Amino acid sequence: MTPDTLLTLAVATLLLPLCGFVLMIFFGKRLPRQGDWLSTSVIAVSLGMAVVILAAKIGSYGGETLTLNFTWVDLHNVPLIGPLPIILGVAVDNLTAVMLVVVTLISTLVHLFSIGYMHGDIRYSRYFAYLGFFSFSMLMIVLANNLFLLYVGWELVGISSYLLIGHWYEKKSASNAAIKAFLVNRVGDFGFFLGIAMLFMTFHTFGLREIFEGIGAGRLPFESNWWLTAAGVLLFCGAVGKSAQFPLHVWLPDAMEGPTPVSALIHAATMVAAGVYLVARIFPLMTADALLVVAYIGAITAFISATIAITQNDIKKVLAYSTISQLGYMIMGLGVGAYSAGFFHLVTHAMFKAGLFLGSGSIIHAMHNALHHENDHATDAQDLRNMGGLRKAMPVTFWTFVVYTLAICGVPLTSGFLSKDEILAGTLAFGGMSGHVIIPVIGFLVAGLTAFYMFRVVILAFLGDHKDAARFSHLRESPMVMTIPLVVLAILSVFVFYSFNPFDASDSWIVRAVGRPDSVVPPSMAAPSTEAFEEAAHGLHGTAMLLSLSVAGIGVLFAFVTYYWRKINADAVASALGPAYRFLLNKWYFDEIYQAVIVNGTLALSRILRWFDGNIVDGLVNGTGWVTRGISSVSGMFDTYVVDGIVNLTGYLSGVGGLALRKFQTGRVQSYVIFAVLSVMVFYFVFRLI
Amino acid sequence: MEIFGIGILSWVTFLPVLGMVIVLALPKERRDVIRWTSLAVAAVQVVLAVVLFLRFDRSFAGINTEAGMQFLEKGRWIDVSGVALVGRLHIEYLLGIDGISMVMVLLTALISFIAVISSWTIDKSVKGYFALLLLLDTGMMGVFVALDFFLFYVFWELMLLPMYFLIGVWGGPRREYAAIKFFLYTLLGSVLMLLAMIALYFSVSVYLDPAGGMHALSEAAAGIRTGWEKVHTFNMLAMMDPANYEAGSLLAGINTSWRYLAYIALFIGFAIKVPIFPFHTWLPDAHVEAPTPISVILAGVLLKMGTYGMLRISFPMFPDAMRHYAWELALLGVISMVYGALVAMAQTDFKKLIAYSSVSHMGIVVLGMSSMNTLGLTGAVFQMFNHGVITAMLFLVVGVIYDRAHTRGLNEFGGLMNQMPRYAGAMTVAFFAALGLPGLSGFISEMFSLFGAFQTFPILTAIGAVTIVLTAGYMLWVLQRVFLGALPDKWKGLTDMNGRETFMLAVLGAVVLFCGIYPAPILNLMTSSLNHLAAILAQVPSATLLSGM
Repeated sequence: MTPDTLLTLAVATLLLPLCGFVLMIFFGKRLPRQGDWLSTSVIAVSLGMAVVILAAKIGSYGGETLTLNFTWVDLHNVPLIGPLPIILGVAVDNLTAVMLVVVTLISTLVHLFSIGYMHGDIRYSRYFAYLGFFSFSMLMIVLANNLFLLYVGWELVGISSYLLIGHWYEKKSASNAAIKAFLVNRVGDFGFFLGIAMLFMTFHTFGLREIFEGIGAGRLPFESNWWLTAAGVLLFCGAVGKSAQFPLHVWLPDAMEGPTPVSALIHAATMVAAGVYLVARIFPLMTADALLVVAYIGAITAFISATIAITQNDIKKVLAYSTISQLGYMIMGLGVGAYSAGFFHLVTHAMFKAGLFLGSGSIIHAMHNALHHENDHATDAQDLRNMGGLRKAMPVTFWTFVVYTLAICGVPLTSGFLSKDEILAGTLAFGGMSGHVIIPVIGFLVAGLTAFYMFRVVILAFLGDHKDAARFSHLRESPMVMTIPLVVLAILSVFVFYSFNPFDASDSWIVRAVGRPDSVVPPSMAAPSTEAFEEAAHGLHGTAMLLSLSVAGIGVLFAFVTYYWRKINADAVASALGPAYRFLLNKWYFDEIYQAVIVNGTLALSRILRWFDGNIVDGLVNGTGWVTRGISSVSGMFDTYVVDGIVNLTGYLSGVGGLALRKFQTGRVQSYVIFAVLSVMVFYFVFRLI
Repeated sequence: MEIFGIGILSWVTFLPVLGMVIVLALPKERRDVIRWTSLAVAAVQVVLAVVLFLRFDRSFAGINTEAGMQFLEKGRWIDVSGVALVGRLHIEYLLGIDGISMVMVLLTALISFIAVISSWTIDKSVKGYFALLLLLDTGMMGVFVALDFFLFYVFWELMLLPMYFLIGVWGGPRREYAAIKFFLYTLLGSVLMLLAMIALYFSVSVYLDPAGGMHALSEAAAGIRTGWEKVHTFNMLAMMDPANYEAGSLLAGINTSWRYLAYIALFIGFAIKVPIFPFHTWLPDAHVEAPTPISVILAGVLLKMGTYGMLRISFPMFPDAMRHYAWELALLGVISMVYGALVAMAQTDFKKLIAYSSVSHMGIVVLGMSSMNTLGLTGAVFQMFNHGVITAMLFLVVGVIYDRAHTRGLNEFGGLMNQMPRYAGAMTVAFFAALGLPGLSGFISEMFSLFGAFQTFPILTAIGAVTIVLTAGYMLWVLQRVFLGALPDKWKGLTDMNGRETFMLAVLGAVVLFCGIYPAPILNLMTSSLNHLAAILAQVPSATLLSGM
């Protein structure tokens, strides 16, 4: 396949879902079956093309990057810079090719699943339209070879997420969750935006390759190493928001208000992994310090959310915190330099976590129908405490769910085992080289916690007996359109698709295809080289494997002891731990703190400023008007009584004077002569005196 | 380019006056004829603007040279010899456009057209209303095409009068207060502008030849030919040439206190119009009281006259003062952005909220302009265009709901998404555009403005960029309060948008979408001019080197 054909195919993969969206938004309701078939087939075609692209790319082009650029805007001859065309484009490298398949595959399966799950929904066609729009936006992130289009896709997946979380917007909690998701993401994007600004200011391009070349040639933002680290961390802020990393992880659990297939697609498999993808994309410009920040954020996130997941009773909430924790794992993996492992875990996690969410969707669907049958609107269909014994009623859901759980716990023969082991070996190597031993410690601790809380879910939901016999009789396995995606994802959670050797992924096609790119930062600022890192990690695979299997085993054992054999009373432990338990149950009080400080603080500030605006700023304006009017009325009075008064007084006085002088006007000549003589005498004496 | 011997810029400017004359001649009972006449005039104006757009040469720079201006029209307007203290008073009728004005002409034609359609529901003395609306149109268009300061000032004041009556007669309950406040506040700015203009007039001299041609002082230095006469001038382009300032005159030199003072006087005159914090409080009052089409014009076009004035007059005439006060200008821009967004957040009146969002969004224009580089200037001018279109949509959206519910209280609504789906779609697009969603035009101009400003003032811009979070916050909150949740019983009877309303919002929405995906056709109009302006601002031999802040 020629590069041009391949790129055309890639662009078609991108634009097809957009066309689907446009058709669905305008005509969806009028199509037969409200157009679900249209959306699903459009994305299925995209999937087909993505598979072709992946095969052709890895088969014929090795490690090459195929690029298609176009001039989007031309600012011509800019003073002090010279010609400044803004060039955008798409590129297909192995990272992109793999992501294309992951995104379109999960999206197709979720479309299929949704046909069953969303059946009879009031905004059925709107739902499918938004799914298509999301797929388009996500593919744009994947294909962009520049920060501009990446940011565009970034915001567009954000808005799709907003629309889909708020799908049932009649519920206040759903619209609140939608807004929260968008705003928390925007906080991260604020940093991302400034990071892009800093790089654009320095290199006058959005192109990632050109930026890397610029840094490689020794040009740095503000000509300082420190600012290069800052630029990397600022870009990473975007990933912190999108991949729900500490301290911006709070939106993802709330996002579970959206329909469950949406949670599987957007909030588990693809969009939230975009942050990981971003870090992988900008990896060459990350300095050692920036990567350290990344590693710690990932580790902290993985730990916090795993501790919260243990205590949650809503099945989707457990999975949400599990997702955050696993994303933290990937981020941590990239941060420590285990680049391929971090990305590999993104792929395997996408399969089994999408499966877990769709599986939970299948459960919720069944529970919901059963509760509906009983006219029970009080019982929560998502609460683990209302489940139990589902194994017998829903065998397909059960067995697939078990496969996913084994994968996330990192049990051998699953995909998760391969990728998790790679990350853990990486953290061990990193801990050994840099002395940050806390990171591998957290890595293994979280592996144990994960095994524990995931088996807790399996035991509480599927094993034992159902809480309510009458309800149980109404529980049915979901229809084929929903179970087929489950089976597909379960199959894809097996090792063989990723590596023929079930115990070592370092030779797998995906790790080889997505090798760690060379760093471009000045050597003094760079992380240890790929070779040094791999050498350190190589000898640690065995250790990592043994350690991770043991902690996972302990976790599983504890789960069975506590929830299946009930040797330990969970409630008693919880009440014994009291404050610590409540701390975890309340999710470390992040929401409460943010609400009290940031949200209420902003709202209070805005109210204060409104008052200030109305009373002080506008008060000054009105005050000026008032003073002017005051002055004018005073001067009006002055005019009336003083100026005009003097005029009138003059008139009056001359009137009075005239009346007085009239007395002299006798009309007799003799008197006039006397007056004249007297006057002359008076004047004479006056002048004499002078 | 001429039509019937009259230049196209004169046509595009004075066509509405022609329409006004026709409207005034019509009997006042013929309301529909009056409306259709106005619409026809506005439509022809749009066609003329499109002709200009197509014929406009993208490579011409404009800004400070007559040769760079396009569609130039020049004629003797006032010429009186021997005026006491002044000598020969020579004022030209000088019209011409460059990249900056071209964009504004397009915007004005588009918004006026939409405003006429939106005025269909006005019932009170229709004849007077449309006559004033058309007069206002001429005033606005004139401001954007005038190249003579005196003429500019005449158009600037011309637009005040109809605006005063349109708010004061056709407005809401507190219309008189709002109209007087608007009028006096703008007039205060005009007085300062007038003073600066007179100072400029007496500082700048050129030579006139007997044929009426104008020659710069530098040209005359090579040898004054017979019949040349030295006069003062209002010609803006002459005012932009430092060589034309007579030695010893008030504004001669560089970085003098008088020049700073004149720049500040002009700035306040323009800042009131933008409006920039703290001169903005007339805007919410005017918007709340104005009828919908007048709000559309006010926010869509009038506010841009302030920033346009700075770009057309303040910056090229006082590049030294501009650079001297660039940081302060950026600071005011950032304050307007953040402050406007925060005050908007606390509003419960739909229209007032949009008014404050305008303060915030125009702050982005100011910040972009203060950057002094092409990227920031491009962002600023494009943001002027985009804000004009987007905010017109926002005010139309408010108008739609106000016409039906007769209230603008944000907290009284809810659940309208299901009740008015078409309306919800239009409003969602408008709001997403306003919060800077990529794919819609506002995003590109905001990004360019902020990126350009970041280059010059990184820390200030980083503070200003907080608005991208705040704006998303209050915009989504409004969407939630109006559309989501449950529908109150009292709004069960609300009808969706009719064809006329849908048409207006669809047209504007299409512009927003197109410019958001492919902005090149608009950006290409202005890049030559803005590169030239950036070069002028960069060349100033100024003692105040740009310290990155």
